[in-house]
Amino acid sequence: MAESGGHSPLEQFVIKDIVPLRFGDLDLSFTNASLFMVLTLIIVSVFLIGGMRRGAMVPGRWQSMAELSYEFIGGLIRDTVGQEGRKYFPLIFTLFMFILLGNLLGMIPYSFTFTSQIIVTFALAIVVFIGVTILGFVKHGMHFFSFFVPPGAPLYMWPLLIPIEIISYLSRPISLSVRLFANMLAGHTLLKVIAGFIAVLGVAGILPFALVVALTGLEILIAFLQAYVFAILTCLYINDAIHLH
Amino acid sequence: MPQLDPSNYPSQLFWLVVTFVALYFVVVKAVLPRIAEVMEARQDKIDDDLKAAAERKEEAEAVWADYEQKQRESQDRARDFLKTAHDEMAAESTRQNDALTARLAEQNAATENNIKAAKQEAMANLNQTVVEVTAAATAKLIGERPSDEQVGQAVQAVVGQTAMGGRD
Repeated sequence: MAESGGHSPLEQFVIKDIVPLRFGDLDLSFTNASLFMVLTLIIVSVFLIGGMRRGAMVPGRWQSMAELSYEFIGGLIRDTVGQEGRKYFPLIFTLFMFILLGNLLGMIPYSFTFTSQIIVTFALAIVVFIGVTILGFVKHGMHFFSFFVPPGAPLYMWPLLIPIEIISYLSRPISLSVRLFANMLAGHTLLKVIAGFIAVLGVAGILPFALVVALTGLEILIAFLQAYVFAILTCLYINDAIHLH
Repeated sequence: MPQLDPSNYPSQLFWLVVTFVALYFVVVKAVLPRIAEVMEARQDKIDDDLKAAAERKEEAEAVWADYEQKQRESQDRARDFLKTAHDEMAAESTRQNDALTARLAEQNAATENNIKAAKQEAMANLNQTVVEVTAAATAKLIGERPSDEQVGQAVQAVVGQTAMGGRD
């Protein structure tokens, strides 16, 4: 967009230092990505705490939204995991709100989308993956390995099926992280590419402009959807770890 | 693609961990207890209201049953009252009827006695007259006046036979 020299649609994903923090070789600088993570933290906290501040018997709009997000994730966990899922509620709720706000903040022009950083989505996904794997072993011990044998499969199929199941299991963090990352990357890149046509086409630029408006609506939908998908897949993985198959 | 530059990974991971963990603690310590508290309070209020409504309903039903009971009782009382009044009137009517009948019978009997007495008197007077006439006629015929007793017996015998013949 209009950023200095920012003609590449990928310019928007560049990490820029705001407050440099270096400890020897370790670079922990406060960057534009960090800024939006902190903004997400603040906005989610204000949204949830502020919404529940009055704790009215009959909720207003704000309180309804806060309660709605709570009930939404509550229902999601109840439907996918059941009663045993209750204790994972805080984690899934935090994941959902964090990713949702990260996605939505990215929809503001000139802002930064930290969920379009593969390292961020991968970190979230690998934490879920490792956590779920540990949960599986804690619940079932060595019996957890039976998860890799599809029930009812004939013995001679095992040499084929077990590697497939293991690969499928190990690819979970990759699919989980790449799904979110790719959606955010593609959406924002597409918006930038089409937006680039607006100024070039002059009066006819109204067409790409209309397209950008429509795609922005779609992207907001995707922002919700991807946060939801991340949360529901985490629930399904937890369910697998608890119940096996 | 800037995302594949590993030089910024430590910073991103560090701030991700910091903000995510901070958000997790905000959620666990501040948000969830509050939401749970508010929703529980609401659920309690709803339950209380429902219970109160059920109690009111029971009360209303009790009042209604009471009302119906009272209505039935008053209907019964009214029916009893009507029956009593009806019986009393019937008894009074019978009593008066009987009294009237008795008085009429009494008067009837008295009247009959009077008639009987008058008739006896008339008959007695007639006998006397007949005896005198017979005695006078006999005296005229045979020139000898029979005693009143003899004539009386003869008349009595004749009148008695006639009386037996059906004449009252």
